Amino acid sequence: MTTHTVLKVESLAFERNDAVLFQPVDFELKAGEAMQILGVNGSGKTTLFQLLTAILPSSSGQISYREQPLSDCRYEYLSDVLFIGHQSGVKAALTVEENLRWMSPNNTSSAKISAALEAVGLSEYAQIHCANLSAGQKRRVALARLITSQAKLWLLDEPLTSLDKQGVELIERCMNQHLAQGGAILFSSHQDLAQVTTRNYKLEPLVEVA
Amino acid sequence: MANNLSGGFKAYLYRDLLIALRDRGDLSKPLMFFLLVAVMVPLAIAPEASKLSAIAPGLIWILALLATLLSIERLFSEDYADGSLEQLLISPNILMMPILGKITAHWLVIGLPLTLLSPVIAIWFSLPISAMVPMMLSLALGTAVLSLIGAVGAALTLPRQGGVLLALLVMPLYMPVLIFGSATIQAAVDGLNWLAPLAMLAALLAVAIVLCPLAISAGLRIAKNG
Amino acid sequence: MNFNLQWTWFHRLGSPRWFYQKTQCWLPWLVVATLALLVTGLVWGLAIAPPDAKQGNSFRIIYLHVPASVVALAGYYIMAISGAVGLIWRIKLSFMLMRSAAPIGAALTFIALVTGAIWGKPTWGAYWVWDARITSMLILLFLYFGVIALRHTYSNNEAADKAGAVLSLVGMVNVPIIYKSVDWWQTLHQPATIKFTGAPSMHPDMFAPLVVMIIGFYSFYSLALILFARAEILRREYRASWVKQLVSHQPAEK
Repeated sequence: MTTHTVLKVESLAFERNDAVLFQPVDFELKAGEAMQILGVNGSGKTTLFQLLTAILPSSSGQISYREQPLSDCRYEYLSDVLFIGHQSGVKAALTVEENLRWMSPNNTSSAKISAALEAVGLSEYAQIHCANLSAGQKRRVALARLITSQAKLWLLDEPLTSLDKQGVELIERCMNQHLAQGGAILFSSHQDLAQVTTRNYKLEPLVEVA
Repeated sequence: MANNLSGGFKAYLYRDLLIALRDRGDLSKPLMFFLLVAVMVPLAIAPEASKLSAIAPGLIWILALLATLLSIERLFSEDYADGSLEQLLISPNILMMPILGKITAHWLVIGLPLTLLSPVIAIWFSLPISAMVPMMLSLALGTAVLSLIGAVGAALTLPRQGGVLLALLVMPLYMPVLIFGSATIQAAVDGLNWLAPLAMLAALLAVAIVLCPLAISAGLRIAKNG
Repeated sequence: MNFNLQWTWFHRLGSPRWFYQKTQCWLPWLVVATLALLVTGLVWGLAIAPPDAKQGNSFRIIYLHVPASVVALAGYYIMAISGAVGLIWRIKLSFMLMRSAAPIGAALTFIALVTGAIWGKPTWGAYWVWDARITSMLILLFLYFGVIALRHTYSNNEAADKAGAVLSLVGMVNVPIIYKSVDWWQTLHQPATIKFTGAPSMHPDMFAPLVVMIIGFYSFYSLALILFARAEILRREYRASWVKQLVSHQPAEK
């Protein structure tokens, strides 16, 4: 299996309220790899994801996608990225199926949508408005994207929140399948994933000297 | 890979319309406000036709402005809360088109019904029939500008919604629209050329369509920052 | 590893520290210049210049009103341009200047409005007349209030700076539109307008002190802007080593 570098981060740093958030970040993510970002609450994990999805501009350092700096290949990068953050991105007023269709690539067939819903265990809920779902069910709708998506790089910020044991197993299966196809995953979680081989990276918060 | 999340004008227009139509209660509130305050005016001021028709042009416009202000805050607030805004910001495509799509949906749901309801208010305030068409044209164009400028305020006040900040930011920017909008109706009432102020409204709309999305996309990114 | 280096590491061009140190030298001169200009202008305008044919001595308030209006409007542009520079080149100092400009501009606008009202009473018999200029000034005051109010919406400084810059720029584009539309609105309702500034038609004896006052107000604006910006720098850079030394009066440790 090719192990070319998908994502490379060098000396990435971010300033908020005139203070640096974490120690400069350096890592490389290769195809077929899953990396877990570790860090205590408030160490800046979510900010790191926001930097990696170009929502926030970094104060210094560089992010490269496939050997090219992000600033040069922003369109390709963001087209290849699937990001699921703390919030599910699920619209309450739309049904489960409408939400999934909205979040999936344009050419996704109805069959594929139904299959994805079945895989996450929400087939019977396809026509239910998401306002009536529990937090865990909404999270499953968001995670059904993992099945319909064609993105090569997954950035998942705490994907296991609100999921029960069955849901966690499901996610692990999706992740393994994605990795087997040559995709890459960067995620943060307070739980460890038993079924998925992951490398770890620890975010060090910056300590203030007295 | 194109998906709806990175979709453009049409995708977001349809989505927002669908969401708005699913929640019909939300839709009618600003329109009810429009009518309700209009009823309060003769009660508070005077029911004489002469007095009402004298203030009608400006009053109709102020009511339209307030009704738009009431509804504009919700343009981005739900997306901000449930994470769809974040997904929009990650889209590789430029933000202008989705933003215009959302604002168009807002206008179709608020500004257009307001325009269609305005003849009712015009009759209540004894506005002459000759001023009806100019009034509706001014409202149609003007409420679109109000939606655009209001969206700028909505984007900038996302982190702390509710309260008067949005109104405070946006009211000074609304003044030219108010001036030309009510002038159109007044000119029609006085039998003068009402196409001139209407043309100014159209010019304001053209400028707003081009410049507001820039400010709005900057504001949305800043909101995720803070 | 010296962690203090990390805080000062991210300063770009337009280093706040450089600004603080340089202005330390210039400040006394600026204070002298401002005082000189303002005192000269005031004495000349209030005491020495001849009284107006129509308005008598009450016109003298323009020596406060006109400079305040001019600098208030210019101040908005200064604020917006600082914001734009900060946004485009990501210069923190620029944002600090923008933040400082807002309250100063608002205060000057308020002075312009109050002096305008004081002028209005003897001239037109009323404290407030919906004249085009003064209405536009009032809207300008609200634009300033908006910028000041917006900064409290954001919990982090960088976002507050950028949002303020965006709002100031939106306002800047609107200021000419507002002025022109209010002007046009007023001609609809009051064909014969008395211009607040009859500057071109003013006698040179009355005009000269006005120019001195305008320059004096600009000088005062710069002084106030620098003082506010210095305070803002200290407030925002409180973690930096040079600020800590300054505050604790310790000798520089390099």
